[in-house]
Amino acid sequence: MSWQEHDYDSIPGTYVFDGQRSHSGYNLNRMAYSFIHKHNRDEFEADMDAYCRKYQLSDEQREAVLAGDFLKLMHLGGNVYYLAKIAVFHGLSVQDAGAAFHGITRDQFIQMLANNAEGFEDKLKQEGGFWHG
Amino acid sequence: MAKIIAGLTTSHIPAIGNAIAGGLEQDEYWKRFFDGYEPVKKWLDEVKPDLAIVVYNDHGLNFFLNQVPTFAMGCADQYQNADEGWGIPVLKPFQGDAAFSWHVAEKLINQGVDMCTCQEMKVDHGFTVPMQLFWRHHGDYPLKTLPFAVNTVQHPLPSARRCYEVGQALRTAVESYPEDMKVVIIGTGGLSHQLQGERSGLIDVEYDIECINSVIENPEWLCNQSNSEIMEKAGTEGIEVIMWMVMRGALPENVNVLHKHYHAPISNTGAGVLLLTPQED
Repeated sequence: MSWQEHDYDSIPGTYVFDGQRSHSGYNLNRMAYSFIHKHNRDEFEADMDAYCRKYQLSDEQREAVLAGDFLKLMHLGGNVYYLAKIAVFHGLSVQDAGAAFHGITRDQFIQMLANNAEGFEDKLKQEGGFWHG
Repeated sequence: MAKIIAGLTTSHIPAIGNAIAGGLEQDEYWKRFFDGYEPVKKWLDEVKPDLAIVVYNDHGLNFFLNQVPTFAMGCADQYQNADEGWGIPVLKPFQGDAAFSWHVAEKLINQGVDMCTCQEMKVDHGFTVPMQLFWRHHGDYPLKTLPFAVNTVQHPLPSARRCYEVGQALRTAVESYPEDMKVVIIGTGGLSHQLQGERSGLIDVEYDIECINSVIENPEWLCNQSNSEIMEKAGTEGIEVIMWMVMRGALPENVNVLHKHYHAPISNTGAGVLLLTPQED
């Protein structure tokens, strides 16, 4: 068995969710998918460790789920949309997860987003034709 | 005959659904974003389309990773929303048009676009948020829908060019339907954003503007980019812009720009709104 390399592997800080990742994270993502049903969320909440074992997560995956370590879960094949269904249990939003990926606070992450978009209205005016209210 | 009278674009992130549920549209953070939809809502209320084709991706409600169709479409008279496990309020069902859908499916497959057809298809925020953005001020949604799901979650994904070609086939399919119907097609998702990894939080305003320009007047620019090239600029979730290309393919070469709006950031995302109509030959 040999997984093929891809040109997107070289994009820094990025884990493109492809067949290889999906294969390695299948049980983890399958468990997260089960959380679309409330009775499964209740069962997970009552005993997270047991629920992870029921879905046959690896020890590493189980420990990262219990710790809410989302960068680790990315490394272990988690898909961001499925991890979001786990993040809810840790009281976290996608912005909290984004902050965690950088090791900064949520407010710092929100500021970073604003900085990344700074000056966009001037760019729109230069471009012309955009709605300005 | 059925006719595609307009193409729309919009973001579909769940934070928008939560802002609507929380009545936050006029809050400082959200006001400019939501206000930019008002001219489009007004236009839609004047022309009263009969059906919306919503091009979106499922984020783990109807399709789990055990079965991921590249292109799938609803072929039912009703589509249910359901609990996504994200704490988003569940909305009431949306109306479909099975006879129309099956006609479109048949004509697409006859043109070599091998669709996955779904007689039960739960629609998630990728579908419901755009419907809310354009029509939530009506008590009941004033039009039928056709959910058109593109895999943007598990690579390999279709290319921008393939999405454009599928849109072209979609136009032929829709406009061969004998009933008089006004159809709008909505390309959802995008623009630049990355939710995952150390590169999360990326927003590239200049690339977003280039994408908007490309969708309007030069689709070849995006068609010529590989998914890796798009992700490098727009982020892993910014790849959703390929769904705008399905919409663009369903319009003729030349379009009128009736509305163009951009705002950033909303949550983690650059958000673009377009209202394009076909220029008659």
